[in-house]
Amino acid sequence: MAANTEKPITLDTFLIGLWRENPVFVMLLGMCPVLAVTNSVVNALAMGLATTFVLLCSTALVALLRNHIPKEVRIAAYIVIIATFVTVVDYLIHAISLEIYQALGAFIQLIVANCMILGRAEAFASRNRVSTTLVNSLGMGVGFTIALLCLGSVRELLGAGTLLGIPVFGDSFEPWIIMLLPPGGFFVLGAWLLLFAWFKERQLKQKMTGAGEAGVHAR
Amino acid sequence: MSTTPQTTAPERPAPTSSVKLVATLGLIALFSGLLVVSVFEFTKPYIAENQRRALEAAVFRVVPGAVTRQDFVLTAQGLFPAAEAPAPGQRVFAAYDAEGNLRGIALQASARGYADVIRVLYGYDPSCQCIVGMTVLESRETPGLGDKIETDARFVANFEGLDARLNPAGTGLANAIVTVKQGDKEHPWQIDGITGATISANAIGRMLNDSADTVLPRLAPYWAMLEGGA
Repeated sequence: MAANTEKPITLDTFLIGLWRENPVFVMLLGMCPVLAVTNSVVNALAMGLATTFVLLCSTALVALLRNHIPKEVRIAAYIVIIATFVTVVDYLIHAISLEIYQALGAFIQLIVANCMILGRAEAFASRNRVSTTLVNSLGMGVGFTIALLCLGSVRELLGAGTLLGIPVFGDSFEPWIIMLLPPGGFFVLGAWLLLFAWFKERQLKQKMTGAGEAGVHAR
Repeated sequence: MSTTPQTTAPERPAPTSSVKLVATLGLIALFSGLLVVSVFEFTKPYIAENQRRALEAAVFRVVPGAVTRQDFVLTAQGLFPAAEAPAPGQRVFAAYDAEGNLRGIALQASARGYADVIRVLYGYDPSCQCIVGMTVLESRETPGLGDKIETDARFVANFEGLDARLNPAGTGLANAIVTVKQGDKEHPWQIDGITGATISANAIGRMLNDSADTVLPRLAPYWAMLEGGA
């Protein structure tokens, strides 16, 4: 049981998940759904929202029970809680849209194994108040969803020539089928990671003007 | 995935910590079980309704002009309305127009494609003894190649009047339905294939032939019953 550190809620509690600790682009967590279901914007959005829902509910419950779960069984308890909400979301998506349910397939159930959620439960929810946890989880969930949308929109645009199912390029465009296939997921993820790495390095360089090139790489 | 509550109380007097471990996990599992069961009960009618609507839409897509449908089951003992079937069997969806005339029946068929089993629903019109429509229910075929069995308008057009006459003895199809190379279609029982999606297109031809060849002869005595069904 972690000490009850009463950290105040700041804007950063929310924003950290969007940018500095973005679960996909910075922490590289939950790669399985990131690569598997981002072949269209709709699928990416559905998976992002489902994961955010599970993340919010399970971390809130973990934060609520943080002083009552003995640390020997905490991981088991977290997994049971996460699996419960994943099952709930599975039924809900099935009830909302059969098409999305079939498109996402087994990957809804696999949210259980998304290490971002267990990581949040262990690293944040187990030592913070419910309100702080909710804000942080929302940030992480939104960050995850945005990352999935980044991949999904590029892959759908290049792989099918559409965005949200609406044709963008006209008839003369020959779709790059490979972008819809698994290799496309790796290509697009790689490109985004490259962009993020370049951006971070540039930021760091600007911060450390004077320290020179060596200082950047020494860090 | 679902969690059923296990023991909430320890069996033996054990060190306090063990009691607490078991009790904590038991309580969490109990809560989880209750939550999952209530969501399951809550969403059950919606899920059933979604599936019914999807199936109905598919039936109406493959039997043009149909607005109502009735389900039958073809078993070894004969054809029965779905509610009275004594044993599980091949489902037959009879589709009727607004006046209650039988427009055709829809049957499910499946065969191994390139990636996985392809499941389709096809419509058969007894008045022309031909297949009048086909829609893919489930397929994991390669996007851009194998999935042309769903998206290629030229291929889908094969199923508007695909000949499926029975032989004079009524034991099977007069001419086997077969997928031929793209552009080689000569007879009304041939399916014009897709270059680049040979395996998927052949699977469609094979499954339609197998299904029509076995199911249609068995349905022959029951057309009057199907016509009066609405």
